[in-house]
Amino acid sequence: MIRFDAVSKKYPNGTTAVDGVTVELAEGAITILVGPSGCGKTTTLRMINRMVEPTAGTVSLRGRDIREIDAPELRRGIGYVIQHAGLFPHRTVLDNIATVPLLLGWGRKKARARAAELLERVGLPAEMAKRYPNQLSGGQQQRVGVARALGADPPVLLMDEPFSAVDPVVRAELQTEFARLQKELHKTIVFVTHDIDEAIRLGDRIAVFRDGGRLAQFDTPERLLADPADDFVAGFVGQDRGIRRLSFVRAAGLPLRDGPVLPVTSPVAAARALDEPWVLVVDDARRPLGWTPVADLPVSGTLADAALVPLGHTFSLAGDSARAALDSALLSPARLAVGVDADGAVVGVADAHELTAGAAPTDRADVAGSRTSGAGSRTEAAGSPVAADSAGGDR
Amino acid sequence: MNDFLNQIRLVADWLTSPAQWHGDEGIPARLLEHLTYSGLSLLCAALIGLSAGLLVGHTGRGAFAVASVANLARAIPTFGLVVLVVTLAGLSTVPVLLALVALAVPPILINTFEGVRGVDPATRDAARGVGMTEWEVLARVEVPMALPLILLGLRVAAIQVVATATVAAYPGLGGLGRFIVDGLARNDYELVIGGSAVVVALALVVQAAFTALGRAVVSPGLRVSAPKS
Amino acid sequence: MSDGEPLVRWQWIADHAAELADYTALHLRLGLLPVLFGMLVSVPLGILCHRRRRLYPPVLTVANILYSIPSLALFMVFVRYTGLTEQTVMIPLTLYTLSVLVPNVVDGLASVPEPVRLAATAMGFGAVRRVLQVELPIAVPVVIAGVRVAAVSSLSLVAVGQLIGQGGLGYYITRGLQLDFPTPIVTAIVLIMLLALVTDALLVVAQRLLTPWSRSRGTTA
Repeated sequence: MIRFDAVSKKYPNGTTAVDGVTVELAEGAITILVGPSGCGKTTTLRMINRMVEPTAGTVSLRGRDIREIDAPELRRGIGYVIQHAGLFPHRTVLDNIATVPLLLGWGRKKARARAAELLERVGLPAEMAKRYPNQLSGGQQQRVGVARALGADPPVLLMDEPFSAVDPVVRAELQTEFARLQKELHKTIVFVTHDIDEAIRLGDRIAVFRDGGRLAQFDTPERLLADPADDFVAGFVGQDRGIRRLSFVRAAGLPLRDGPVLPVTSPVAAARALDEPWVLVVDDARRPLGWTPVADLPVSGTLADAALVPLGHTFSLAGDSARAALDSALLSPARLAVGVDADGAVVGVADAHELTAGAAPTDRADVAGSRTSGAGSRTEAAGSPVAADSAGGDR
Repeated sequence: MNDFLNQIRLVADWLTSPAQWHGDEGIPARLLEHLTYSGLSLLCAALIGLSAGLLVGHTGRGAFAVASVANLARAIPTFGLVVLVVTLAGLSTVPVLLALVALAVPPILINTFEGVRGVDPATRDAARGVGMTEWEVLARVEVPMALPLILLGLRVAAIQVVATATVAAYPGLGGLGRFIVDGLARNDYELVIGGSAVVVALALVVQAAFTALGRAVVSPGLRVSAPKS
Repeated sequence: MSDGEPLVRWQWIADHAAELADYTALHLRLGLLPVLFGMLVSVPLGILCHRRRRLYPPVLTVANILYSIPSLALFMVFVRYTGLTEQTVMIPLTLYTLSVLVPNVVDGLASVPEPVRLAATAMGFGAVRRVLQVELPIAVPVVIAGVRVAAVSSLSLVAVGQLIGQGGLGYYITRGLQLDFPTPIVTAIVLIMLLALVTDALLVVAQRLLTPWSRSRGTTA
C-alpha cells in the first residue's frame, strides 16, 4: 500500500541520505525501519508524508503518487508520532488530541468527543483531558502523542522513535499497549527505531538500513535473525540473535519426553526406582508441584512427605515460544524444562540441549529463498512462528 | 530627499566651520566633557554592578532583591531624576554624576547576575569536580560564560549614560547636549542639528566599540550565532 | 532651591489634581502607543527574521544602532519633518522599542521546541496556520517579557519629549526647574514610575491569562 520505487534523497552538499530504496510496505501491518543513526531511516519515514521530498524515484500511497496530493491534505490523513511527543504546550491534552479533527473542520463538539474517546483508548483517565502537557509524565505524554496521531482515524501511522525518550520500564509498558492497540486498529504503521529488540518485538516486517541510506535487508523478524543477509545485518541484530530467534519458534513443536514425573501419592521407593537425580512431583491433575532431589528423600512414606524445590517456571505448549522453554530449562533446578498444556497439566520435560536441537531451522533453503522477495512465507513445522507481540512474554 | 541632503550640507557646514573646533564651547571641549561624565559614571557603575552581580550570581543569595531593584530602576525617568538632582543640589557636577551612576548600575547588575546564574549547573559541578576552588569556578568558568550578557549590560548602561548625559545639558550642565539645548533656546537650527549629529556619531562609536569588544573577548564557542548541532 | 522648601508640598498636588490627571492620560498615550506600533512592526519583522535567519543580524544591528541614539538627538532629527508634535516624540519611541521587541519575537519563535514544530507540520498545518496557531501562542511569554521592558522604558523616556514641548508628565519636570520648585518634579517622577509599574503588573496579569499552560511550570519572565 505504501510503495517506494527507486527512491533516493541526495542533499545539495553531496551527502546521500537515502539511496535507491525500493520496497513495498504491507497494509495493516507494522513495518519497522531500523539501522544505525544517520542511515536514512527517518528520512525514509518523512518521505511518506512529504516532510522530505525525494530527489529521485516515487513514493506512492494506495497506488497514488503522493506528489499529486497537497502536502497539508496528505498529512492530515497520516498520523505522526515522534520521540518527544511534540505536544502543543499551549493546548490542553484534549485539544491536542482534537487537533487534526479540528483542522479537518469537524466542529469543536465532535472533535472533542472523539478526543475523549481516544484518551480512554490509550489508557489515560478522563480527568487528564483538562491538563496541559507539561503536567504529564513522559510516558503519559507519549500516550497523548499516539492518541493525537489517531485523531482523525488515519489508515496510516508514522512513528519516529516514539518510545525511545522514556525509561525502559515505561517503554516496555508502552510497547505492550501499542501492540494491543494495533490488534484492535489494524493500521498500516511505519515505525523508526534504532533499537533492534524493539524492532523484533513489534515488527511484522523489518527493513534494516545501512550507512549511506541503503536497504540492507527487508524481512520478517524471524528470518532476519535466522538468516541475516550479510555481516552488517548479522552484526546489527547482535551476537545473541540465535537465542532471540527462538522467540519465533512455537513451543508446541518441541520434542518432549515423559521424564521423571510422579504423582504426589507415589511411594518414595517408586522415585528411587527411576534412577534420576531429580523427580518432578505433580498433583492428581498432573499439575506440577515442584522438584525434589532424590538423594534427600525420606527413607519411607510417599512423595507428599518430600521437601519440594520451587519449579522456576514452566512453559505452555499452547502459547509460549521456544525461547520461554529454553529459559525454563536454564532456570530449573533439575535443568529440565517442564512443558504444560492449556490446563496446566505436565505434558513432558526436556533439557536445554534437546530443546535447541528441536528448535533449529529445519529447512535452510526455504529461509534463504525468501530473502530477496521480502514477502516470503513464514517458516513452517517446528519453526512455526508465534505472533510478534507474544514474543515479549518471556522477558 | 532634497531636504535630507540639505540637512547633511547644514551639518557639514557646521562641522567644518573653524569656530566649532576651538574654545570652551567648541566640539573638542564639549566632547571631552561628555566623555568625562559618561566614562566616570560608567566606571563607577561597572565597579558596583559587576561585583554585586558576580557575588549574587555565584552565591544565589539576594536574587529576588536584584530583580526587584532592576525592575524598579528601569521605571525611573532619567530626565526627571537629573533635573531633580540639580534642583535639590544646585548645578554642580558630582550630584549629577551620582545620578548617572545610579542609572547605569541596574543594567550591569542584572545582566551580570543573569549571566552567572544562567551557567549550566552541570558545568559548574564539573568545574568543582576537576578541583577548582570557588574563586577559580567564578573566574575561569562563570565569568567567561557570562561574558556575552555582562557585555550586553555594560553596553546598555553606556548607551543610557551617553543619552542621559546629553539630556543633562538641559538643567545647565556641559557636554554635547549643550549644542542642542542652546540651539533650541536660540532657535538656531544649524546648531541643533549639528549637535545632534555629533551625539549620534558618539553613540555609534560606543555601540561599535562594544561590538568590537565582544568579538575580541567572548569565546567563539559562546557566540549566539555559533552553529547549533 | 530656597532653604526650607520641602521636597513635596501636598497642597500643590491637591490643587493640581485635575490637571495632573490630564497629563497622566497624555503621558500614557505618548508612552504606550509607540509600544503598540512597535508590536505591529516587530511581529511581522520577527517572523520574517525567524524564517530567513540571514536577515536577522542586519535587522538587529539597525535596531541596536537606532536604540543607541540618544532620544534628544533623535527628536531633533524628526522635528524637521513632523514639527513640535506628538508624532515627533512617538516615532523615535517606536523605533526604540524595536531593539527589544524584534529579538524577543525571534527568541520566542525559536523557543518553540523542534518536535512541536515538526508535529504541527506532520499533522497538516500549513505555514501560515502553524505560525498563527502554534508558534506565536507558544512565543507569547517571551514576547510579553519584551513588551514589559519596552513599555516601562518607553513610559520613562516620554518625559524627555518635553524639550520639544511634548513630554506628557515631563511638563512638570521642566516647570519645576523653571520655578526652582521640587514638588512638581517629584510628583512627575513618582507618577511616571507608578504608570510604569502598574503597566508592568497588568502585562504580567495579561500573560497569566493568555498562557495558562505555563503557570504550572512557574515561569517568571
